[in-house]
Amino acid sequence: MKFMRLIWVNLLRNKRRTVLTALSVTVALFLFATLRSVVTALDAVSEVGSETRLITRSATGITFALPQSYFERLRAQEGVRSVSWANWFGGVYIDASNFFAQFAVDQESYLAMYPEMAIPEDQKQAFFRERTAALVGSGLMERFGWSLGQNITLQGTIFPGDWEFSIRAVYVPEDPSFGDQMFFFHYDNLYEGVNGNIMPGWYVVQLEDPAAAPTVINQIDRMFENSSNPTKTETERAFNAGFVTMWGNIGFLVRAIGTAVFFAILLVAANTMMMAGRERIGENAVLKVLGFQDGLLFRLVLVESVLITVLGGALGVFGSKLLFGPNNFVNAFIPGFEVEWSTVLLGLAMAVTLGVVSGIVPAWQAMRLPVIQALRRVA
Amino acid sequence: MPLVEIKDLAKVFYRDSQRIPVFDGVNLEMEQGEFLSLMGPSGSGKSTLLHLLAGLDKPTAGRIVVGGADVTGMKRRQLAAWRAHHIGFVFQFYNLLPVLNAYQNVELPLLLTELTGRERREHVMTALGVVGLSDRAEHYPRQLSGGQEQRVGIARAIVSDPTILLADEPTGDLDAKSADEILTLLQRLNEEFNKTILMVTHDAHAAERAHAVMHLDKGVLSR
Amino acid sequence: MKIPIIYNIRSLKERPVSTLTTAAGMSLVVAVFVAMMALASGFHAALVKSGSPDNVLVLRKGANAEMYSGITRSTANTIAGMPFVARGADNQPLTSPEVFVVIGLNRLTGGLANLVVRGVSPRAMQVRRGIEIIDGRELRPGASEILVGEKIIDRFANTGIGETLSFGGRDWTVVGHFSAGGSAFESEIWAENEQVMPVFRGEVFQSVTFRMADPSSFDGIKQTLEDDPRLFLDVFRESEFYQNQSVILTQILNFIAVFIAGVMAIGAVFGAINTMYAAVASRAPEIAVLLTLGFKPGHVRSSFLIEAVFIALLGGILGCILALPINGLVTSTTNWNSFSEVAFAFRVTPNLLVSGLVFAVAMGFIGGFFPALKASRQPVVVALREA
Repeated sequence: MKFMRLIWVNLLRNKRRTVLTALSVTVALFLFATLRSVVTALDAVSEVGSETRLITRSATGITFALPQSYFERLRAQEGVRSVSWANWFGGVYIDASNFFAQFAVDQESYLAMYPEMAIPEDQKQAFFRERTAALVGSGLMERFGWSLGQNITLQGTIFPGDWEFSIRAVYVPEDPSFGDQMFFFHYDNLYEGVNGNIMPGWYVVQLEDPAAAPTVINQIDRMFENSSNPTKTETERAFNAGFVTMWGNIGFLVRAIGTAVFFAILLVAANTMMMAGRERIGENAVLKVLGFQDGLLFRLVLVESVLITVLGGALGVFGSKLLFGPNNFVNAFIPGFEVEWSTVLLGLAMAVTLGVVSGIVPAWQAMRLPVIQALRRVA
Repeated sequence: MPLVEIKDLAKVFYRDSQRIPVFDGVNLEMEQGEFLSLMGPSGSGKSTLLHLLAGLDKPTAGRIVVGGADVTGMKRRQLAAWRAHHIGFVFQFYNLLPVLNAYQNVELPLLLTELTGRERREHVMTALGVVGLSDRAEHYPRQLSGGQEQRVGIARAIVSDPTILLADEPTGDLDAKSADEILTLLQRLNEEFNKTILMVTHDAHAAERAHAVMHLDKGVLSR
Repeated sequence: MKIPIIYNIRSLKERPVSTLTTAAGMSLVVAVFVAMMALASGFHAALVKSGSPDNVLVLRKGANAEMYSGITRSTANTIAGMPFVARGADNQPLTSPEVFVVIGLNRLTGGLANLVVRGVSPRAMQVRRGIEIIDGRELRPGASEILVGEKIIDRFANTGIGETLSFGGRDWTVVGHFSAGGSAFESEIWAENEQVMPVFRGEVFQSVTFRMADPSSFDGIKQTLEDDPRLFLDVFRESEFYQNQSVILTQILNFIAVFIAGVMAIGAVFGAINTMYAAVASRAPEIAVLLTLGFKPGHVRSSFLIEAVFIALLGGILGCILALPINGLVTSTTNWNSFSEVAFAFRVTPNLLVSGLVFAVAMGFIGGFFPALKASRQPVVVALREA
């Protein structure tokens, strides 16, 4: 476009102002992309749960266990392929601030149900063989600098005492949202450690056909409805989503902050464009005398404004994409935290919007500029 | 048929509902290739007449026809396009864009045409050559003297080969020597290139360089 | 010889659009800052207020949280008999052995929430100060009755007085609503410990809370109880116990507040720099006149700095006003120590408002610094020529 040079020299006319404005859009969109990624990552966590697995837990509350006898009764249900169970261990590694999730699982049936965890076959067998063996996520290994074969001790909170484990296997999640910070060990180990004074925390039920989920859920909960341990069954996806909502209304918080960021930067950009507009009243009048159409001037100002915000915004969103690509340092806290391409696109769209909105007033003013009065001001 | 025909032109300004007539019933005809200068005390409406002729302002009454086109009947959009082709405007304070060099300033009106980059280059260099500034193409306005700036301004005015050249006090901000150079240049444009020129000035010496001097005073135009 | 401030005010009035957009941009930064800090402060306050420095909370050794703990009736009785336990008017020990369970209840807005059901002793209201029945009456011993915390009432069905809630395989009649000074207790359901115990966990309490006869002797009490191998206990000052539960999340929230506001502030400061440079440029001739009149560069510098800070302060005040309405707004999150929901109110404290203003002033100062420097270093002659 032959007018590009005119726009470009106008951008460079006050380099400091242009750069500062673009950079303010940069930081704003960096913030936007980062915040939105928190939401998309949490959404991904809610969705990583399988639709073909159900979680059956006590209807009374999250901390209540279910009888061992439920295992056979669940397995006998129509539409159920296999059943496993797990317990929350809640141990402390050295200090309470080193939090990570620990599960006692019925190892063989459990791993058979979770192909999401990629484990070398020899390690898997080693994990099965030894009662005190532990299976650890690759991210957790990295976080504490553990190595295969190492012994580590957890202090029990729910189950008192010191518990020693040998790391025999490491898993890598197929999907980062699954999380690579988990710790698994044998349910038998826990059972013996507390002298059999324990029951399964929850059951995992593998369905024959995901479409049958509502029916099976209904069957299970009806079966135990009038027992002393009624159950609450839902798909694993719904169960995970429930956990995410426990944090509170993060989506709303992020939207509110995002809106504030957008408007704060809109004001900065609009102020710049208005300053630029005021400075150029005379020049725009001259261009009109030379025969520049009103519409052309309108577009020139708008393109200039959009150029500033898009250049700045692109730097921000691509910067965040670069910083928070796959396997970034935040993944230890939020599994699968990553700036998605949809966020990049949305960020760029926001940058364009910023440019259009902040440029529209000065562009309108340039278009409606009364030439004669403006010329008199120049003279 | 004359190139420029002004018939019964009237212009009234309104300031705070007060009616300020500038002139009423002005008539003027200009032939192709004519070089006229227009004199008159300040506030007599010289510049207003020029603005009306360039289609920058609307008359209260009357008609302006330039090269067969009725300027007074055109809409804003049409006027801008028409101006780009038919009017070359020279300002008292040059009004070059400080962020563009001489070449780019002269090229501006050509951006509104369908010309290719190469064609534009030829036209711009020709125009700069005519005003004698071929070697200053890369200079920015602040690197040029006032006389040179005005010559760039003239190059910009002639680059699209307009029907008529309108100059609003082109020597008003220049020293005597530079002013003389500019006037000589305008004369040359008129003689060598057969340019039709209307020049507003309040300098009698400058006015005399034209074929004829007109006076606008108290709303009356006299030859 | 200072340049009068009225001079700055007048110059701000001459560029109202620029001044207001800059101030408004900063106001949004300050509003976000104050709002986020108010969120952190509200959560922190809810947990801190739950504990009293006069009370001691006792858990099984290593349990860390009430949910994981278990204390036998005999241990609870042993503690009640200790001499350092304060006694009430009837000379009975002020102690509350409690059952702590987390149950699932459906929110009115949908979704399952985890709520604390606390089985308390009839003396719990005396042990803990600040618990107030705002509606209805106290629990009757031996009855299947519950008190519902104020923050639960509006968000869950069947919590009105006289209504019945079902959990643990039993029906419980709501006989009262209580407030607890905005603390996390307001997100709990209270029943009598002897009623809750058999329904859920069998013959065991989760914690014992008692009032100290002499709060200053806490260290001695802690040592006495923790050193007794038969008891196998961890002992906390109640206030510190709850404060510790809030530490991590409060730190995270504070960090997020500073991070977000900090990043936003960079953008706003850039805007302020633009505005101030424009102000300096447009007033070059005036600056030259001031310098010629004998004002020192330092005066010019501080004059422009004051102007920048003034714009920022305007934004700061506006931001505080924007953030004020969220004060008292109730939101909820999870106390991960007990996996239970805590509802709490945003707390916009005077201290927070002051930090908001300080934040704004800092933005103004940084934004105005270089433009002010430039103004003061402007060569007089050049400036005058341009005038």
